[in-house]
Amino acid sequence: MIRIDSVTKRYPDGTVAVDRLSLEIPDRSITVLVGPSGCGKTTTLRMINRMVEPSEGTILLDGVDIQQQPVNTLRRSMGYVIQNAGLFQHRTILDNIATVPRLLGWGKEKSRARARELMERVGLDGSLAKRYPYQLSGGQQQRVGVARALAADPPVLLMDEPFSAVDPVVRKGLQDELLRIQEELGKTIVFVTHDIDEAVKLGTMVAVMRTGGHLAQFAPPAELLTDPADAFVEDFLGADRGIRRLSFFSSAGLDLLIGPIVAVDASAEQIAAAGRAGAPYLLVVDTDGRPVGWGDPAELAAGAIDTDGLLSHGRPFTAGGDSLRAALDCAVLSPTGWAVAVDGEGRATGVVSQTSIGEAIRGAHAGRATAGTAQKVAP
Amino acid sequence: MNDLFDMPSYLEHSFLGLVGLHLREALVPVLAGLVLALPLAQLCVRFRWLYPPVLWVTTVLYAIPSLAFFVVLIDYTGLSELTVMIPLAVYSLVVLVPAIVDGVRSVPQETLAAATAMGLGPVRRYLQVQLPIAAPAILAGLRVAAVSSISLVSVGMLIGNEGALGNMLDAGLKYNQPRLVWLSVISTAVLAILVDALLIVLRVWVTPWMPRGAGRGTRPVLAKGAAR
Ligand SMILES: Nc1ncnc2c1ncn2[C@@H]1O[C@H](COP(=O)(O)OP(=O)(O)O)[C@@H](O)[C@H]1O
Ligand SMILES: [Mg+2]
Repeated sequence: MIRIDSVTKRYPDGTVAVDRLSLEIPDRSITVLVGPSGCGKTTTLRMINRMVEPSEGTILLDGVDIQQQPVNTLRRSMGYVIQNAGLFQHRTILDNIATVPRLLGWGKEKSRARARELMERVGLDGSLAKRYPYQLSGGQQQRVGVARALAADPPVLLMDEPFSAVDPVVRKGLQDELLRIQEELGKTIVFVTHDIDEAVKLGTMVAVMRTGGHLAQFAPPAELLTDPADAFVEDFLGADRGIRRLSFFSSAGLDLLIGPIVAVDASAEQIAAAGRAGAPYLLVVDTDGRPVGWGDPAELAAGAIDTDGLLSHGRPFTAGGDSLRAALDCAVLSPTGWAVAVDGEGRATGVVSQTSIGEAIRGAHAGRATAGTAQKVAP
Repeated sequence: MNDLFDMPSYLEHSFLGLVGLHLREALVPVLAGLVLALPLAQLCVRFRWLYPPVLWVTTVLYAIPSLAFFVVLIDYTGLSELTVMIPLAVYSLVVLVPAIVDGVRSVPQETLAAATAMGLGPVRRYLQVQLPIAAPAILAGLRVAAVSSISLVSVGMLIGNEGALGNMLDAGLKYNQPRLVWLSVISTAVLAILVDALLIVLRVWVTPWMPRGAGRGTRPVLAKGAAR
């Protein structure tokens, strides 16, 4: 565990970047430092690997003051990932990743073998091994940065806005990849960002910092969204924190209707029965049970429904796997106002209206799933 | 054909002998300049306040005409090769120090931060990160230094026949032999071009990591040394 104990950093010019900060960073989970630009996040992170020395206070790693060991030994036991990756432009991808193993004296072959293993782990094609950084996209460079930080299998990973400089689609991919890697490796990660959505998505614990280097709140993301400590945190969370909080409630409890689902080759009686099942439109599915589109029961031709004339069914959500936020989003975007639930194979398992989702949300807020027990589900 | 390259006996060397001499008198000072420039540049990077005065002193040194430099040195080193080589080493130093300082300073902050964070100490950081990344700038400086050094060696003809290929020019003018004049001028130019080309090849070879075509931007500016 990393323990930051009333640490203050005063730069030589008098700037107080961090002010009596105390924080307990739990092992094997992602702790996010989030806050507006200039609030002291980078300074805090860099005090952990002693790139910045605190003016006051101590930082303990597993109970031992980090001042106790040689600084380069400490740094080699902590991976470090930064914005724009900071790759060595004069070294190949493989040699970039092999840097710390080489420093630790692993030998060329072993280091390179390890580097290849990591390329695979972070989702980089092996054919990139002999390339140079300028030949890679920003997203790929960032993956190399993560691989390089993980190369010597350090227990701690420090990440400073690692995904801020890439476009949103690539960023989402990198975030998902980080969560997957973390699931496998269980590192103690300290992650700095100014993006509250990224903080909520990645963090097991989130420390919101305020300009001047003060800690405003330290809590799990769900608690942050439910119960912001003060006006600053509430403001920083943004206007739609209610919606975002739904990310923490599972869609498993929704009342799915299977009545309004008909196959493309449904008979007149089946269509008529489905029409009485409580939905204004019927969801037509193909012979495998996958959704095709919405149709008005009065206009569907028995025996062979004309699929070209159907309304789009929009993006379905995975019942149980996705959150209430995803379900609500599907319903809002659906032309009929009804969301389609599918199973892992993409087969329709039911439909649900906005009204019904709204009831589930009220139930959730009423405490059926409280913040403390909420499990993060895919947003 | 052989007649063209025949050297009169008073030049004391064959044509190729003169070429070898010329290269030595020109390039040994460049190497000496490089050896001195590397630590000096590193000091300037490390202590920022040192760079402006160093730059000022080197610029003043550069402004001394080579002939004046030679004449002053004759009192100490006589009519020898050394009298030619010392000023050339100083000129090389003057070209190389800013080239190296700018090259080392061009290393991106995040690259340095990453190196530090991975536990590279200052020496490793310099040898494994800063110097290799500064290599293109250093080689660009070496091209300027080498080419101007090759052209300046010829001035040595005025101080006791220490001008190598330049001695041919001197002899040609004295004994009215246009062949020697032309041969001196053209072979010096060709030598400079060949050495320059060799350094370009070296740059391409040591920097496979540079985007193709990016090297064009580092074409050295020769204006500074042109007036000698
Ligand atoms: N080396 C430095 N010298 C003086 N002030 C600094 C230095 N580094 C950062 N600061 C100041 O400290 C404050 C916090 O900086 P930083 O930790 O980089 O914030 P963040 O990463 O949250 O944007 C800012 O006001 C910044 O200007
Ligand atoms: Mg920062």
